Amino acid sequence: MSFKTEEYVLNVGPQHPSTHGVFRMRITLDGEIVKDVEPIFGYLHRGVEKLMEMRTYKQGIPMTDRLDYVSAINNNWPYVMAVEELAGIEVPEKAEYMRVIMAEMQRISSHYLAVGSQMNDMGSFYTVFMYMFREREKLTDLMEMVTGQRMMYNYMRFGGVSQDFPKEFVPLLRKFLRIFPKYMKEYEDLLYDNEIYLSRTKGVGILTREDAINISTSGPVLRSAGVDFDVRRDLPYSIYNKFKFDVPVGKNGDVYDRVWIRMEEMKQSASIIEQALDMMPAEGKYQTKVPVVLHVPEGKTYKRIESPRGILGCYLESDGSDKPYRCHFRAPAFINLTALKKLMVGQTLSDAIITFGSVDLSMGEVDR
Amino acid sequence: MWYENFWWHLVIAAVILIAYFFFFIVMFIWTERRVIGFFQIRRGPNRIGPLGLFQGIADVIKVMLKEDIVPNKTDKILFWLSPLMAFVPVMMILAVIPFSKGFQLVDLNVGIIYIAAVSSISSVGVFLCGYACNNKYGLIGGMRGLAQFISYEIPMLLVLISLVISSGTMSVNGIVAAQSLPNIIFMPLAFVCYFISSLAEINRTPFDVMECDSEIVAGFNIEYSGMKFAMLYLVEYGEAVVMSTLVATLFLGGYKGIFIDGPIPLLIKMVIVFLFILWIRATLPRLTVEKSMSLCWKFLLPLALFNLLFTAVRITFFPDLAQWIVVLVSIVMTVLIIYLWSGLYKPGRELQHE
Repeated sequence: MSFKTEEYVLNVGPQHPSTHGVFRMRITLDGEIVKDVEPIFGYLHRGVEKLMEMRTYKQGIPMTDRLDYVSAINNNWPYVMAVEELAGIEVPEKAEYMRVIMAEMQRISSHYLAVGSQMNDMGSFYTVFMYMFREREKLTDLMEMVTGQRMMYNYMRFGGVSQDFPKEFVPLLRKFLRIFPKYMKEYEDLLYDNEIYLSRTKGVGILTREDAINISTSGPVLRSAGVDFDVRRDLPYSIYNKFKFDVPVGKNGDVYDRVWIRMEEMKQSASIIEQALDMMPAEGKYQTKVPVVLHVPEGKTYKRIESPRGILGCYLESDGSDKPYRCHFRAPAFINLTALKKLMVGQTLSDAIITFGSVDLSMGEVDR
Repeated sequence: MWYENFWWHLVIAAVILIAYFFFFIVMFIWTERRVIGFFQIRRGPNRIGPLGLFQGIADVIKVMLKEDIVPNKTDKILFWLSPLMAFVPVMMILAVIPFSKGFQLVDLNVGIIYIAAVSSISSVGVFLCGYACNNKYGLIGGMRGLAQFISYEIPMLLVLISLVISSGTMSVNGIVAAQSLPNIIFMPLAFVCYFISSLAEINRTPFDVMECDSEIVAGFNIEYSGMKFAMLYLVEYGEAVVMSTLVATLFLGGYKGIFIDGPIPLLIKMVIVFLFILWIRATLPRLTVEKSMSLCWKFLLPLALFNLLFTAVRITFFPDLAQWIVVLVSIVMTVLIIYLWSGLYKPGRELQHE
């Protein structure tokens, strides 16, 4: 009797605890080793880009919140910036500061979710996740205070933001920033001193520098591979050239580096918020008047920002009517996901799952 | 006396053991959810009964009322049989555990061998669960589990042998009686090895590779529902009850207390061991299957062998050594060897350089 082995196909998703939404992978396995990955997209396709062509410019803003539902404010931003450029709308200085503050708060809260669910994939059974949600809850409360929503914040408007900060907001935000480093210390002790965590993440899911550039990844995935690039610093938009902040860059391009970069970015975001709060003018308008029915002159533009997942771009083309002719989003998670094969093939199933989690995707953005 | 009659003794002891087993399973389900809740700064179940105490009972009733689905193209006989096969041996281990001086179901003179033999049957049942359900996730879970069971059995048995050498008897009752001081003080190294390998045997974090919900969803029990799922659930918690009881018996002095002897010290020790397991579960992430294997073969096995050698030398050449010298030497030796060995070996690091 002779033994033989054969490869088999494992269907991971669309309903699976670690696919972070409705993503599906057909993984070809040889025992525990991943031989091939075939990602299958489109389970959450809602046709957002097409729907935006049928709505007026202002009605398009709520559509952008629904793209990446864990960082809604960052998603508003490139669309709003593109329309402002085409229509020639000025943004008051105070509104720019408010946008930066809210976007950085959103980045912290998004990274909390990313690191927390990463630890969940690693099997730490919701402990880190729940602790991170303790702070995320505070941030969510603060943002609810400003925008009135808890998840899909529809905050940015053409020429500013929808409403001013309430007067209790700034002291509470400063209080949060005071306790924030203490919490970060707690997580660093919990993660970086843990031998099991180190052995699971170091050297796992390596993306080389060349691959990262060729696949045109962005955000933490790119920076973990050792490429020092951040849109906020290198191609500054809004008022980011006024702030001092570091861009953390990894060395090995493994899962450890990606988590480390997210943890460091949270600290940098906190420092940006602090600077912005200090520099923000006390008086001033938070919104310029724009006509109710906005007719944007003919033209096309492309605007990009650094969202928590990478470069989020918005290509907008106008034919002079009150509706966009074409609106396309460059979703960072979607393009980072094309590195999946390079990341996952050759590893064991367990490592492949945490590598997949470390890309930090949200399906709303990938499928649009 | 009437209770010295063999049959009376058998019936009464069996009833008490079964009651003990199920009572603590239900209470451990509640404890686990409640304590993990506190670890994770949330409340845990607190609606059903005072402090949510009846949550376990409610869970059991809910699971029993569920529809029992048998998927198409399963191996029907194995699918029915394997949960039972996993469940029964877990309960059988309790037969040899003394709950008080002279109170146990049977005082086997080969109690340790009985424990080792019976506890491995359960792993076959669990593997068959994964095999029978005709699901790739289940199969992966079953395979992982079986490989892990077999590996961790070896350091566990080596530690049990060193216990037998040190106590001079194979009867569990004899081992408890021989502990003038708890074994954890005499042989801390043995305790460390035994505790880690029994964590792996009962599939607790960080060794829950066979049902890791983030990778292979639920592993071996993915296709089970209704009463059969309840059975697997009972296996999981039953193993926790039995393992806590075993550690309390073999290493923490069993029924011997500081002030009184009897079941109460045993129960307190058992609950402390269980809380310790929960603490580990709430803190650590999971090891992957190959790292858990290399931890067993490269870390635990040498330590267990060394422990066996150390115990054998102590018993053979220095049988009359004063107690405090033995305790001192063992503690120093344990700290030293774990420190040295863990400097040489980091779990899974060497795999990355292949």
